[in-house]
Amino acid sequence: MSNIKYILGSFGDPDEMMHGIDKLQENNIKIHDVYTPMPIHGIEAKLGVKRSRLDILAFFCGITGTTSAFALIYLTSVVDWRMNIGGKPSFALPDFIPIMFELTILFTAFGLVLSYYASTHLFPGRAPRVMDLRATDDRFIIAVDAKLHAEHIKIDGLLKEAGAIEVKHNERKYISYE
Amino acid sequence: MSGHNESILREPLITGDNITYAKITNDILMPVENKPNKAWWIGFIFSVCGATLWLVAVSYTFWNGIGSWGLNKTVGWAWDITGFVWWVGIGHAGTLISAVLLLFRQNWRNSINRSAEAMTIFAVICAATYIIAHMGRPWLAYWVFPLPNQFGSLWVNFNSPLVWDTFAISTYFSVSLLFWYTGLLPDIATIRDRATGMRRKIYSIFSFGWSGNVKTWQRFETVSLILAGISTPLVLSVHTIVSMDFATSVIPGWHTTIFPPYFVAGAIFSGFAMVLTLLLVARKVLGLENYITMFHIESMNKIIILTGSIVGVAYITEFFIAWYSGSEYEAYAFVNRATGPYWWAYWMMMTCNVLTPQLLWFKRIRLSIPATWVLSIVINVGMWFERFVIIVTSLHRDYLPSSWAMFYPTWVDVSVFVGSIGVFFTLFLLFLRVLPSIAIAEVKLLLKTSSEQAKMKQIKGGHLDKVHVKEYVESLEKFDSVKLEEYEKI
Repeated sequence: MSNIKYILGSFGDPDEMMHGIDKLQENNIKIHDVYTPMPIHGIEAKLGVKRSRLDILAFFCGITGTTSAFALIYLTSVVDWRMNIGGKPSFALPDFIPIMFELTILFTAFGLVLSYYASTHLFPGRAPRVMDLRATDDRFIIAVDAKLHAEHIKIDGLLKEAGAIEVKHNERKYISYE
Repeated sequence: MSGHNESILREPLITGDNITYAKITNDILMPVENKPNKAWWIGFIFSVCGATLWLVAVSYTFWNGIGSWGLNKTVGWAWDITGFVWWVGIGHAGTLISAVLLLFRQNWRNSINRSAEAMTIFAVICAATYIIAHMGRPWLAYWVFPLPNQFGSLWVNFNSPLVWDTFAISTYFSVSLLFWYTGLLPDIATIRDRATGMRRKIYSIFSFGWSGNVKTWQRFETVSLILAGISTPLVLSVHTIVSMDFATSVIPGWHTTIFPPYFVAGAIFSGFAMVLTLLLVARKVLGLENYITMFHIESMNKIIILTGSIVGVAYITEFFIAWYSGSEYEAYAFVNRATGPYWWAYWMMMTCNVLTPQLLWFKRIRLSIPATWVLSIVINVGMWFERFVIIVTSLHRDYLPSSWAMFYPTWVDVSVFVGSIGVFFTLFLLFLRVLPSIAIAEVKLLLKTSSEQAKMKQIKGGHLDKVHVKEYVESLEKFDSVKLEEYEKI
């Protein structure tokens, strides 16, 4: 009993899993995390996960892109080396717009995606932290930290009642480390 | 997502009556987890031959210079830029499907976005190789980027649309790649968790350690939405800027303000045609009829009619304005296109892009797989001719009649083009083997709301308007993957 680290409720249906979350929460059982093969809307609100602030970051990345592009073009073709192109003005703002636009997008995309990878700890070669191998296939997994709650049988019962197909007692946190 | 029933009036996006989450994974990963079949090998061998031809022709060009192409001093751009614009155009459908249709909440995009985006990336690779190949001194290709004067050139001319194009194409390629790869992470993790041994190790590296927990998915959705939001104007800007390569020049036939919208419509038109060319075959060979249904095919055909008609209107407007402007050079350029020595190219373009796509107004043609497939190829032939007409016929008769010339391609021109198609198909066939051709996680989202079995459950549950149910069952007649007998019993 004492070796059990995590109790996993494995559901075959997202609605039943949501029901399982409610059941556990009604009984003051803290949910460690939920693993699903697809995004489930409404789950963040139930688990009290704060909204992602990546959108704010994306905006600032975009602004950086716009100003960097303007600075690059202005400093090269207006300040550093004015080219005489048919006697036209060097500071031709309309001609700067396409590159300013493209770099806005480029900086936003890279800033956003790289921050996403960094904040979620996604990078090539990272050992996958998987509790149940079917969580990326057809099962919706609720994980409960067994050390925090003594009444394991009650948790099993609640999960089963909510419709869990199986309940697992894992003695190691992540099975993917083998 | 849970608990909502989608209106019965909407066609199902997943057909079949015993689809489960596990079955979706199995069906989509079938080509990835099993040895390829004969059809794949035949296609692959042909494509690799094409790719080899490309390698030979491009190496020959690098070794001997651009003189090995059929260009002359009047026609300085021909098959190279035609090929470039053709490939960039094809590369527009993927991002349109994944970004614009996401913003419009068109859920049918979920089953076609992955392969369409892959197609985009491979098409842009082909386009980029054309840019490098046509430079003459490809080892100095980095000169297109802003470099200080010590490198032998002045700063690049930021007023030039060719420089804008460098930024546009490289941004488009890298943002499409990021969008595609981020969407792939959960699906690579699915393969990883089902694989063993070496395969598991490899997919583990490429899955970036994806776990699928709540926070990861929450951020994933934010990232997808923002990427879609920024990719929408991006996809429109790319072909706009490509068209400015021509539109900002003073060559009659190029100097036209209609170019940006007309090029963008043409790009979407040819991109969807290429998606159909690939997916009609892939759905059959890979057995994906339940996920890429007749509804998907019909929807794409409708987009083709729309964009094809925009292109048609643009051709006619251009012709009208050439006369109405009173500029005799402009008028001559257009009359020469239609009646000059390249009349056949012009009428080929008009037939393939304006006339034949109108056949898709007929429901029977729109819902016939062989007819759609042939039309999709006709459209891409037409779109190649469109670029050829714009580029070569505008150049071949310039202001001095003494320098009027015709363009004759050499074997190198032809081989680079045919070879680039080989490169494209090689990459696409490899993609089908190693990565899921349909976004598994996104299709799973549709199972409980938009699948045929979910709708069937709704019908069986009663409480539905009989007229609506009748309409729904009638809409199912077009599907080749639905058993209608099931509905007669109800």
